[in-house]
Parts: sequence; C-alpha cells; structure tokens
Amino acid sequence: MTDIGDITAARLGAEQLAVNFADAHPPLLPAQAVVEANRCYFCHDAPCIEACPTGIDIPSFIRKIATGNLRGSAQTILDANILGGSCARVCPTEELCERACVHTAQESKPIQIGALQRHATDWLMDLGIAPFDRAAPTGRRIAVVGAGPAGLACAHGLARHGHDVTIFEARTKPGGLTEYGIAAYKVADDFAQREVGFILSIGGVTIEHGKALGRDITLDALRRDFDAVFMGLGQTGVKALGLAGEDMAGVRDAIDFIAELRQTPKDRVAVGRRVVVIGGGNTAIDAATQARRLGAEDVTIVYRRGPEQMTATDDEQAWAQTNNVRIRHWAAPTRLLGGQTVTGVEFARTKMDAAGRLTLTEETFMLPADMVLKAIGQSFEPIDGLPALRDGRIEVNADRLTSLPGVFAGGDCVAGADLTVAAVQDGKLAAAAIHRLLCG
Amino acid sequence: MADLRSTFAGIASPNPFWLASAPPTDKAYNIARAFKAGWGGVVWKTLGEDPPIVNTSSRYGAVSYNGVRMAAFSNIELITDRPLQINLDEIKQIKRDWPNRAVVVSLMVPCTEESWKAILARVEETGCDGVELNFGCPHGMSERNMGAAVGQVPDYVEMVTRWCKQHTRMPVIVKLTPNVTDILAPAAAAQRGGADGVSLINTVQSITGVDLDLMAPEPVVDGRGTHGGLCGPAIKPIALRMVADIARAMPGLPVSGIGGIAVWRDAAEFIALGASNVQVCTAAMHHGFKIVEDMIDGLANWMDSKDYQTIDQVRGRAVPNYVHWSDLNLNYQIVARIDQNLCIKCGLCHIGCEDTSHQAIAALRVDGERRYEVIDAECVGCNLCMLACPVDGCITMVRQDTGAAVVTWADHPNNPLGKERAA
Repeated sequence: MTDIGDITAARLGAEQLAVNFADAHPPLLPAQAVVEANRCYFCHDAPCIEACPTGIDIPSFIRKIATGNLRGSAQTILDANILGGSCARVCPTEELCERACVHTAQESKPIQIGALQRHATDWLMDLGIAPFDRAAPTGRRIAVVGAGPAGLACAHGLARHGHDVTIFEARTKPGGLTEYGIAAYKVADDFAQREVGFILSIGGVTIEHGKALGRDITLDALRRDFDAVFMGLGQTGVKALGLAGEDMAGVRDAIDFIAELRQTPKDRVAVGRRVVVIGGGNTAIDAATQARRLGAEDVTIVYRRGPEQMTATDDEQAWAQTNNVRIRHWAAPTRLLGGQTVTGVEFARTKMDAAGRLTLTEETFMLPADMVLKAIGQSFEPIDGLPALRDGRIEVNADRLTSLPGVFAGGDCVAGADLTVAAVQDGKLAAAAIHRLLCG
Repeated sequence: MADLRSTFAGIASPNPFWLASAPPTDKAYNIARAFKAGWGGVVWKTLGEDPPIVNTSSRYGAVSYNGVRMAAFSNIELITDRPLQINLDEIKQIKRDWPNRAVVVSLMVPCTEESWKAILARVEETGCDGVELNFGCPHGMSERNMGAAVGQVPDYVEMVTRWCKQHTRMPVIVKLTPNVTDILAPAAAAQRGGADGVSLINTVQSITGVDLDLMAPEPVVDGRGTHGGLCGPAIKPIALRMVADIARAMPGLPVSGIGGIAVWRDAAEFIALGASNVQVCTAAMHHGFKIVEDMIDGLANWMDSKDYQTIDQVRGRAVPNYVHWSDLNLNYQIVARIDQNLCIKCGLCHIGCEDTSHQAIAALRVDGERRYEVIDAECVGCNLCMLACPVDGCITMVRQDTGAAVVTWADHPNNPLGKERAA
C-alpha cells in the first residue's frame, strides 16, 4: 500500500466555498436591532460594562440604537474601543459582556450585545463617517511596533491627541491577528482592512511594512529617534508537540493554515481528506472548522483535558460540532505516524492523577490523518534588548509602561487575556499614558 | 363556568364585550364578522344627517413605546361618511340576522329638537336595541357645534338627552367626552335628562407626534395636521378614573366602560369599578376581531377562579375602596423588601430611588458582588423600586406593624383645619 497523503485544494466548488466562508453570523436587520435594543434594561452600574475589557458604556450605546441615534451609539462604542467593529465580530461575548448581562441571570437569554455593537459600528463605517477629530499637531513622534489591535488602538489614541505616529509592521498587511489569525467567516468581506482604513483615516499615522524589530529596526534606535515607543509585538512563536516527525509533509501549525486561508483564494488552499487538530483553544476550533468548510471529510480535534479546561468557549466548541467536527477529550499525542508524509497520530489516553496532574495512561489509539494541525499554543519570542520580562512576556504596569522609560507595551506580548479586546485596552491605556508623559 | 351574560341600560347581550362606535362598526360587513368572532354587541358608527360628511385620507396616528406599536392610537376621522339610508338598511338586516346580539346605534345631528326627532324615528324602524348619543367626538364635528361641543356643556347634554327620551321608546345612552374638568357634571346632566346609561370615555384630544421632517403634527394630511382623539392602552387609567367617579357618585346610573380595553383583565377592572359592560375599539383595530375569544374565556376563567358566577357579582366590587385621598390611612406604612435570590443586579431600584426619590436603596459590593439593600429608615414605601424592578416578585412592599391606629387627614395633627376644629 502506497502512502501518498490525500491533501489537495478545491475539494469543493467555488460556489460552495463562497457560501462556506461568507459571514457566519450575518448582521441584525434594523428592525431586529431595535427589538433587541428595547430588551435592554439600561442597568445602573451595569455588569456588562465591567465585563468589557475596554469598558464600553454598553447600556448607553444600546439605548441609542433603540432611539434611532446610531451615530451617537457608534461614537459611544468607538470612543472606548476604536476596534469596536472587529471586537463585535470576534469577542467571546458569551464569556464577557453577555455572560454578565442581567438577562442571563433572569432568563438565560442575554441581550445580543455583540450583534448590536456590530449594528452600530457597521452603520457608521458603511457611511464613511469619521467619528473623531485629530487635535492640533503636537510635533511629538511616537513609534509603534506592530500593526495589530494593540498597536492600532495605541496609534489612534495618540493621533487623536495630535501626535505623529509611525507604525513598524513586519508583515505586508496591517491588522495583526484580525487579518491573519481569525477564521475567515468571522471577519468576512475584507473587514480587517476596511477597519484599518477607518482607524487610520484620522490622519497622523503612517505604517512602514516589512520592518521587524530585531531584524530591521532596534529598540535602541526607536528610543533615540522617537519621543516614546509602544510595542504590540504579538506572539510569533508556536509551540511544538515535541514529537519526532513534526517536519513530515502534512504536519503544520494551525496558525499558518489559518493565515493562508485569509491570504489565499479558498480554492487554492490545500486540505487533507482526514484532518487531526491537536489543541483546545479557539485556534484549534478555527482551524478544524475551516478545514471542514474547505471540504475535509473527517476532522477531529483532540485535546488532552476535558471540555471544561478547553480555552475555546462553549459557543466555539458547539460551533465546531455544528460543523461536524468531532472533539475528543482526554488524549495526548504520543507518536506521529508515517514516513515522508504523515499518515496518522497515535494518542495515549490521559487522566488526572491523585495530585491533580495530567498523566498519560497505557491505553492508546490511532487516528489516521492526511493532515495534522498543531494548535497547542503560541509563545512570545524574546529578542535582545527588550525590557524586563515576567513569565516569558514583557512586564508592564497599569499604564502599560515597561521597565524602560518611555517604552510601553501591550497585546499578546504582555501578560493577560489573549483577546483582541484586551489588546485594544492595552493600546488605549498606553496612548493615554504616553500623552500624559509627553504633554502632561 | 361563569355566566357572562350582561345587561346594560336594559340591553342584553351574551357577553359584556361590545365594539365601540368607530371604524370597526361602520358597516354590516365588519359587524357580521365581529358577531361571527363572538362579540356580544356593537355600537354602530355614528350616523348623521345627509349629505354625509367627508373624511380625510390619512386619518390615524399612533404612539409606539419601546418598540410596542399602538400603545396609544388616535384618529381624525369623523362620523360615518355613508348615506343614512344605506346604514339604516344594513342595521335592520344585521339585527335580523343576529337577534341575540346587542345593536346600538350612535347618533349625532345638529343641536335642534327637530333634527333629533327626525333621525330617532328612522333609527327606531331598524329594530335596533338602543341609541348612543355621541357627545364626545373631539374633532371636526365639535367645530360644527356637535359632538364634544355638546358634551362639554352639561345644559346641552341634559336638553338633548331629554328630547331623545321624549321622542323614542328605545334606551338612550349618552357617550361622554373626557375633555372636561369634571366628568360628573355631564354625567349628572345626562341622568337629569333621563338617560338610561352613560358610556365613557370618548377619545382624548391629542397630537400623537410631530413629523420632524415635515414639521407637522401627525397624522399629516398634505403637510398639515390637526388635533385628534386619543385612545388605546395609554388612556385606560384616565377612563378607569372617570368610570369610578361616576360609579361612586351616581350608583344607580348604568355605565359602559370604554378606553384602552384590550384584554379580559382590563374588562374585569372596568367592571369592578362599576361598568356593566365594556366597549373596545383600538385592540380590535390592532389585532382583529379574534381577540374577543381570549377576552371571553379569560374573563370566565378568572371569574371561576374567584367563584364569581355572574357579571353583576363583580360589578362595582372595587367602588367602595375607591375613596378620596383624605380617607386614606396616613398611619399605613410599608417598606420595600428585595428578594436577594431573585435579584438580577440591574440596579434600577437603586438609581431611581437615589436620583429621584428618597436615597433608600444602598448600592453595595459584597465580596465584589453587587448587592442592593433597602435602608428601612429612609424608605417611605413609595413603590417606585417595585414598579421599576424587571423581575416579578423580586421587590415587594411589606406592611410594617407600627401599632398606630388608622388616622386620616381629617384627624391628622398636621391638618390646620383639624387643629382649628380641636381648638
């Protein structure tokens, strides 16, 4: 029997692919939005606000939808979170604002805060309205490293104050994970780039692409040439399984697969007939679900612990299962099978020992696979000359100031929840602190 | 099963749900559909003298509230715009086809005895069960010295009522306008004139809204608007009060309750405050005639649950408890109680009390969790928090045992007149 590895593009026709990768959660119709907005109680000291890392005044923006004041609604959102449009699409709202919604306590049916936020922000962006004015130029110059959510939020905050910002971005497109690391159907219709254009329309921000810290630019030089520096470096490292054969054909990082799906016409993205995804986060979900939607026949996510320990939210797990992705818990990979090309993965069943540690058992099973996607996490890759680290990431204080004067950091390169909305808050707070530093 | 048969002003109907004089009762076609749906009676849309009046296009306006349509409804329509004889022929046919249903005819003619005498004779020929004098229409007709123009002058009400009683053997019902300072004055006038009953309320003068693009009141007729008559759920409290005033002051005068009645509970409330039956319009215009089905069995089921066998057993039961403010017990004391297990932490109880009332609900954090607690010493028992709370039963008002005897204003030490009397 010859092992050829069944990996190919265009398993489905172009029409089916277009359907599969269109907006997975279409926007509310105006009438639906008003009905939903009218459900909101306009709580005092609303729990949803506290649950939002950017502290959006949710009851106020929802009330403004109910009253037909969409301009004011969008302004309220974007004032707290300039990436309110992408957060409306990618936030795990069921774990944040919507979990805190008092309707969840009352009737297990929260206000659809994310969908309403999208309603208001889409309205404003579709009309091309610029909601913020740039203050008079201050002559101050700030370097931002990384054009992801943290860097964009910081740059926008600084630009509002009249500062000039140069963003250095290693990749060819801005947007960071919103452009490269999120399932296509969550940010359909080139939303990431449209949002970047919307953010930059305030003026005073330029992006230099192809500039990576440590390769093309140095922190020392930036500190010398600019009044302040913000680093939104993200996490560029990908954790390995630590098994022999990770270089076999058919074994790849899920994050690369997701990025390729975003940058390539879908009918040119190759996918296996049988796909095994290893990991338990939203990256695993996005990779597995998109593999199914590309036409893979059999997709299994294998996670070493139980459903409660998965970092993928319940909604995300359900979404994967709705897409006929099988999720197997309590198993860890022990061997990659195959020669030049992967043919399967051997797993050992896992359990918690008496001390609460995860241990492998003697019991094993094999899943045949043409493609193995690794989604066991990303890591921050330090380079020389960075500020002090803590637990492997850049240490910052409440203002997102690092151990180096005038150097701030935020997003996935600092400790905290790896969420777009958390990155936005980092960038927002850093911008405010930088402004105080320079003009306070 | 409760017996829903009702009698108002001597007119019997199989249930107390009538359709009010309005667009739904403009012609035989609609009324036949209503009777098929189960309505107990109708008041035929107001007839007038020929030539018929002319109605505008664009006749209705409405108030939506938090997404709820037609929380209030208004119209600038006038009386029937069809020739008198067509209406009379149809009334005769309907009554013949539906002998057990109440068919009352609403009338409005110029304020002369001859006019009333003439039309009464023709209406009587139809075999209908009674007439309702439209002294309430607040727009269009009142400018022609009819409708509310008569209803707002008690002497005219009495005079016309008397003419009608003289010129017909049919029961005469007087429909009252709420656009007066004291509803008792026209009601008493109707009684003096010999009315067999009164029906109220007619619509409330109103402007439902302003079209901010056209800068014109709604409903807009070719760029302009006029005041209309408001009805629908929003006016029920106004109607209940006026019905209760009459029931309390004139216990012998039969009342037909009108104003925002949409469900059986509304009807039960009007009947409890003295109405013999109720008339409905807006709810039917919003949802069609089928709503009467729930009205009928809802009312019957409620009556069964309370062991009321007949409408008369319910009628007026709440009237003795409808008293003047000065008869309320000033030593009655209640305070809010929040069921922490039901509380969803919306904070509406706190913010309403804090911003607008008595600062009697504390907003606390206990181990980081929101907790709202009543400060008994500050709580005056106003009910605001209970009313604002979105969770049924979460906030209740609990009577405090003060041990104090009942004290009304007359005996209260703060009453200057009381002091004088004591001195």
